[in-house]
Amino acid sequence: MKSALGIIISREYLERVKRKSFIITTLVVPIVMIAMMFAPALIMLFDKPEEANIAVIDETGRISGLLKSNDEIRFVHFAGTLDQVREDEDIDMILTIGPRAIKDPQESIKLYAHGSPAMMTDAYVTGQLKDAIMDIRLEQYNIENIKKILDDVQVDLSLQTVKMDKGEDKGISSTLNYFLALIMDMLLYMFILIYGQMVMTSIVEEKNNRVLELVVSSVKPTVLMLGKIIGIGLVAITQILIWGVILSVCSGWSLPLLAAMPEAASEPELMGAISQLGDFGFMAGLFVNMILFFVGGYLFYSSIYAAIGSAVDNIQDASQLSTIATMPVVIGIIASMSVINNPGSTLAFVLSVVVPFTSPMAMMSRLPFGVPAWEIALSLAILYLSFLGLIWLSAKIYRVGIFMYGKKPSLAELLRWAKYK
Amino acid sequence: MDNILTAEHIVKDYAKHRALDDVSISVPRGKIYGLLGPNGAGKTTLIRIINHITAPDQGQVIFNGHQLTAADIVNIGYLPEERGLYKKMKVGEQCLFFARLKGLDKKEAERSLHEWFDRLDIASWWDKKVEELSKGMAQKVQFIVTVLHRPELLIFDEPFSGFDPINAGILKREILKLRDEGATVIFSTHNMSSVEELCDDITLINRSRNILSGSVHELRERFSNRRYELSFIGDPQALQAAVGGITTSFELGGVDANGYATATAALADADAVRAFVGAANGAVMLNSFRHLLPSMDEIFVNAVETYNSEHSITPDQQ
Repeated sequence: MKSALGIIISREYLERVKRKSFIITTLVVPIVMIAMMFAPALIMLFDKPEEANIAVIDETGRISGLLKSNDEIRFVHFAGTLDQVREDEDIDMILTIGPRAIKDPQESIKLYAHGSPAMMTDAYVTGQLKDAIMDIRLEQYNIENIKKILDDVQVDLSLQTVKMDKGEDKGISSTLNYFLALIMDMLLYMFILIYGQMVMTSIVEEKNNRVLELVVSSVKPTVLMLGKIIGIGLVAITQILIWGVILSVCSGWSLPLLAAMPEAASEPELMGAISQLGDFGFMAGLFVNMILFFVGGYLFYSSIYAAIGSAVDNIQDASQLSTIATMPVVIGIIASMSVINNPGSTLAFVLSVVVPFTSPMAMMSRLPFGVPAWEIALSLAILYLSFLGLIWLSAKIYRVGIFMYGKKPSLAELLRWAKYK
Repeated sequence: MDNILTAEHIVKDYAKHRALDDVSISVPRGKIYGLLGPNGAGKTTLIRIINHITAPDQGQVIFNGHQLTAADIVNIGYLPEERGLYKKMKVGEQCLFFARLKGLDKKEAERSLHEWFDRLDIASWWDKKVEELSKGMAQKVQFIVTVLHRPELLIFDEPFSGFDPINAGILKREILKLRDEGATVIFSTHNMSSVEELCDDITLINRSRNILSGSVHELRERFSNRRYELSFIGDPQALQAAVGGITTSFELGGVDANGYATATAALADADAVRAFVGAANGAVMLNSFRHLLPSMDEIFVNAVETYNSEHSITPDQQ
């Protein structure tokens, strides 16, 4: 025979995972997330600059020879006048270079186009002109080997960051860490609010349609409350696990492809990100920690939501009282944004370790950057211990609150209920 | 007498008022016990204490000879006054959920649920969602949930509210059947005619206190003030003269619907009754003579009003 708690948990769990809305969100969200992850890469891949044939009418006679065509933009040297060129159907744009172009390019150079040229085209043409004019101007100084000198002094650098505390040199990407932290923060924020409020509304509903009275004649109110919190929590974890599996399968398949792209090789930052994302140990560790803090944060806040839900009769009153829980979550998410920018500060330590109201969110901000194990352990200990204290208090309020109908209680009244035998 | 449940000197305080003040009741096994009282008197609080939902501040509840514990609730079936079901769940699934909470295993629960569904003629509802049921239909389901695990003690709080007379009749029949099969029933209601019909014993709670307890029969006797009513054909004055020395009070009534004259008399004891009937027989032709028992309604109102005036409580005073 199953215990009453088990029966309650399985009812709460099954009722929700069997819903169509759950199945749809669970499958659709990862698809949207993957689309968002790959959108920039896809855009880069498909968004080639427009093709253009540009006729160049060069009155200086020196510049047009230096303009280099590429796959998309082809410079065509033209001797005729502007009107003559206009009749040529193969020509998309016309670049006129006046005689004083080397001295005063701003005034002398004009690009004629049918519409406004694409940014990429504009940038490419401008770059080519600048290079050409610079070369010509440099030549006028008559310095020997000036080109070679300039090539030699050119500095090429993109910073490679490597984690210090690990023996092995693993490429990491601080941009990636930043985004990982951001995504985890948002996920946690979303989950605490959505699932915490789900606990609250479900209690209000039970109270409202009076099924509660029937249930508590069979199980203790505290068991019902715990069963509800755990059952809904398991729904949330199911969703996260499904997302995790879908995302890791997708990235397991796509990361090698991404790494093989020729563009990637020249970007150490991107290579770092790819190697980090492909590092199973790192990602799994991150995922496990995220789950631990997620569960802690959810339990902590849902016990506040449960107490609030028990105290009111309708959702309107509930939403007003629920600011008691929602405010710290919002403060937590704001604080964690500052923690992302400075994960090593004392403030970050306090927010992510000491204060249980903010620690799940603030810790999410720090995790990808690496946090000492003892800080994680201490933070989890404080979070889970304060959850135990809170659930004890909430259970006492809940036990009284579920039988109170009518006037919306104040916070002070809620706390007084906790004193009833 | 064998009591299945006794509550001893129960006190329960809430923030601003005392919900129960030294309330004691004894519920005899195998009987139907009425728990009566005006709204807000404390009945529901007492029922919740008996159900181990809330704890009393003072006093104790003895169930089957030992102090009530959480384990005892599988032997109690409670149909609350305010009751509902999970709207989105199917009827059968929901009944199984409640049955398993009461400790039945799935197979056993399923078997006896089907039995009950057939018995109340609702077998076709099994796969319906609760939100498709009418209020009365849902009440039948709730009744089944309450009695399914064959508890020794059944507590019904206003079980007939929301039922049409036909279904109320079915419910009454089932409650009596359960009693005959050995269950004890605590029955809380405002419907005094159903109390007269069903209850063996009652307790009347008013202003958080137990102001009246006893068997229904004994209470009606006690509150009758030994009054008798007769109808007759003949001269009322002659009757009055003939019984004058025997009665403690005598009042002539009007003429009833069938054309008989009526009168009421208070008679101190059995000898007085015999003497009265003899004397009346000589004076007039008696048509009927009966002990005038007050209805539970009258007892209820009388007891509550007497209590309130003795404690000089005005209606707006809580």
